[in-house]
Amino acid sequence: MTDTTAQSALDRRARMRTLIRALGMLPVLILLAIGFEMISGRFMSANNLSIVMQQASINIVLAAGMTYVILTGGIDLSVGSILSASAMAALIVSLSPEWGMMGIPAGMAMGLLFGLLNGCLIAFIGLPPFIVTLGSLTAVRGVARLMGSDTTVFNANLPFAAMGNGTLFGIPWLAIIAIFVIVVSWFILRRTVLGTWIYAVGGNQEAARLTGIKVWLVLLFVYAMSGFLAGLGGVMSASRLYAANGLQLGQAYELDAIAAVILGGTSFVGGVGSIWGTLIGALIIAVLSNGLILSGVSDIWQFIIKGLVIIVAVSLDRLRLQGGART
Amino acid sequence: MMTPMLEMRSISKTFGAVRALRDVSLSVHGGEVHALMGENGAGKSTLMKILSGAYVPDPGGEVLVNGQPMHTGNPREARARGIAVIYQELSLAPNLTVAENLFLGEEPATAGVVNRRQMLRETRPILQRLGVTFGPDTLVGSLSMGERQLVEVARALGANARIIVMDEPTTSLSSRETEKLFDVIADLKAQGIAIVYISHRMEEIYRLSDRCSVLRDGTYVGTLERENLSAARLVSMMVGRDLSTFYKKEHKATGAGDVVLQVEDMSDGRLIKNCSFEVRRGEVLGVSGLVGSGRTELARLIYGADSAASGRVILEGREVTPKSPREALDHGIVYLTEDRKGLGLFLDMTISENVNICVMERDAKAGLTNFRRAAQRARQAMSALAVKAPSPRITVGALSGGNQQKVLLARLLELDPKVIILDEPTRGVDVGAKSEIYRLIDTLAERGMAIIMISSELPEIIGVADRVIVMREGRISGEVAAAPGSPITQEAVMVLSTGDAPDTPEPAAARAE
Repeated sequence: MTDTTAQSALDRRARMRTLIRALGMLPVLILLAIGFEMISGRFMSANNLSIVMQQASINIVLAAGMTYVILTGGIDLSVGSILSASAMAALIVSLSPEWGMMGIPAGMAMGLLFGLLNGCLIAFIGLPPFIVTLGSLTAVRGVARLMGSDTTVFNANLPFAAMGNGTLFGIPWLAIIAIFVIVVSWFILRRTVLGTWIYAVGGNQEAARLTGIKVWLVLLFVYAMSGFLAGLGGVMSASRLYAANGLQLGQAYELDAIAAVILGGTSFVGGVGSIWGTLIGALIIAVLSNGLILSGVSDIWQFIIKGLVIIVAVSLDRLRLQGGART
Repeated sequence: MMTPMLEMRSISKTFGAVRALRDVSLSVHGGEVHALMGENGAGKSTLMKILSGAYVPDPGGEVLVNGQPMHTGNPREARARGIAVIYQELSLAPNLTVAENLFLGEEPATAGVVNRRQMLRETRPILQRLGVTFGPDTLVGSLSMGERQLVEVARALGANARIIVMDEPTTSLSSRETEKLFDVIADLKAQGIAIVYISHRMEEIYRLSDRCSVLRDGTYVGTLERENLSAARLVSMMVGRDLSTFYKKEHKATGAGDVVLQVEDMSDGRLIKNCSFEVRRGEVLGVSGLVGSGRTELARLIYGADSAASGRVILEGREVTPKSPREALDHGIVYLTEDRKGLGLFLDMTISENVNICVMERDAKAGLTNFRRAAQRARQAMSALAVKAPSPRITVGALSGGNQQKVLLARLLELDPKVIILDEPTRGVDVGAKSEIYRLIDTLAERGMAIIMISSELPEIIGVADRVIVMREGRISGEVAAAPGSPITQEAVMVLSTGDAPDTPEPAAARAE
């Protein structure tokens, strides 16, 4: 019954299941793309695809950070506000004549700082992630408004504008950054000890503690990472818009990030999921937005359709997994 | 002969490529306790899940209740036909009252408003019938595990069940609570109810069952009538071979080794009071006592899982007193939890990841997982401990209890510990894996490890340990050591754990936590 051929077959099947779980939403993405191409006739053009990638990039970066957090069974509601504060920081620093390029590290440092704050409250005091990040969602939004005295900060000669609008071999820099973040995240999650610890903490936090895993380090890391990537998202956003506004920028971005992670098949209770799934989830959301606009659907209906597609896609996914779940 | 109350005929069940059951038949009469035995993974739970309607059997089999075929795969119908299954993991809501639990999902209501008075009125006679001391408006969360088990029975009775399945009901009960449950089972039997009783404990099978059926690897092996029951026969039916050397003590540990671990004056400020003991190299120290006597709590203090109020842990003459499990692991003290699913394993992760989780940090280079070393460790551990799984990449959640326990043990052994604390190492483990675990403990002692084994099963602790300390109400109430020619007796341990010695007053200790 368990000779070597059967063993390798089982091995292969186990690997296939992981792959299917990770790429479960890929067919949905492809169907959407084909559908929009048929309706609008211009969706698949190189130009439009590059726009989609550019639009998706910030959400991909936020969702990557969110993937770490949700894998530990937590949630980070503050990424939209952190993105806004970081964009403000990046722009304000960029206005200084000699140190303009320092806007990039300034924005990322801002994000890292808020992420570390979230992480400390969760890892050391043991407060629930939902409450902590709900608090920072509001508080950091306030900080963002304070930074620009509640006005929009402009910089028409932004030194790092190329980041937001330039391309490399025809691929937008923003998209390259997003893909880079995904690849690095894959590496951290799957190739390092810390990555395995993240899955372990999400799978069973108390067992992880009893196993000698530094649970505090894992929690601190994931929230810091989420904050840092939100900071990167802020810099990306600033570089694209030449401007930032503490009140409006990043509003409800956390919801798109969470939706991308869930669409990607990551379990909301933690311990199960993959970064590739998140990439596909974020692309689905971007394709939907872009495709609906191209198809001339009104703004209001876009919201309704987007919401429904997310619910239907995840329901289908659950059904499919139930079918082949038990062995 | 009269029609059996329950008849399951040629039931098969496949999950993907795995055949969980192959042509199994079972018949149970009213007023009969029918024991169902088999190693973990033999198919008992699957068979019972088919009975309860949770699983649909493969075509060809049928389930008859009072001679009438039942539509399978429909929990509602199964309940309506009088079938109730009480699973190992109880399915009660601790935040609700006993009465609310009894009517969970079927609350008597008019226009959506729950009729609480009717619930209480209907619950009371059922509780009386069971002779319990708690009332219908008691919160389930405040009851002991044994009392909760009785609430499950009450729920079955409330649904007018005529066929009640109990899946290892006594695993978390104290001996007093077990007695209570057995009385209730006898009553139910007298009322003509058919009971299917799943257990690994021989004494319970002897005591309760009228007939005993055995499954092995998803097939039906046979049924023994009460008068033919014997441990030797049952075990050989279950494992398919003789187990002449079940408990086998080969290591010699009569005080030969040096003291490895000393625990001095451990207290946690709540239950544990001034516990002191020592363990030597190559010695197996048994820790006995009733459920709730503080054995696990003491072990967790030594391991640093909970913080001690006072006391010291001395390892090889040096004070270490770990403040966290991580410190304990660094010193070479490891702990096998009694709750392997809740506190031990990562069920969604693979065998390899579970085995390597403690050592991967050491094996890593610059934080990068050393996959080659991990695969090597997993392969070696699986063959050394005979973990039955087709591949180390299988998720641990898919394994049987015995194999899960071996994976957890393998994880600890990878650390090459000096002291290993085993908390109920054979709980929920089948006979075959049990004897393998005993053999492993013996080998580890032979190699010079100091072993502390907590167990609720007296024959096990006496069979495996060289010396037994007994706990009662958070204190170490005494010690029994085996001497050449005079092995430890069950009576000696029982006296220390219940305090039923002539000069001590009646204790109030037999409650589970």
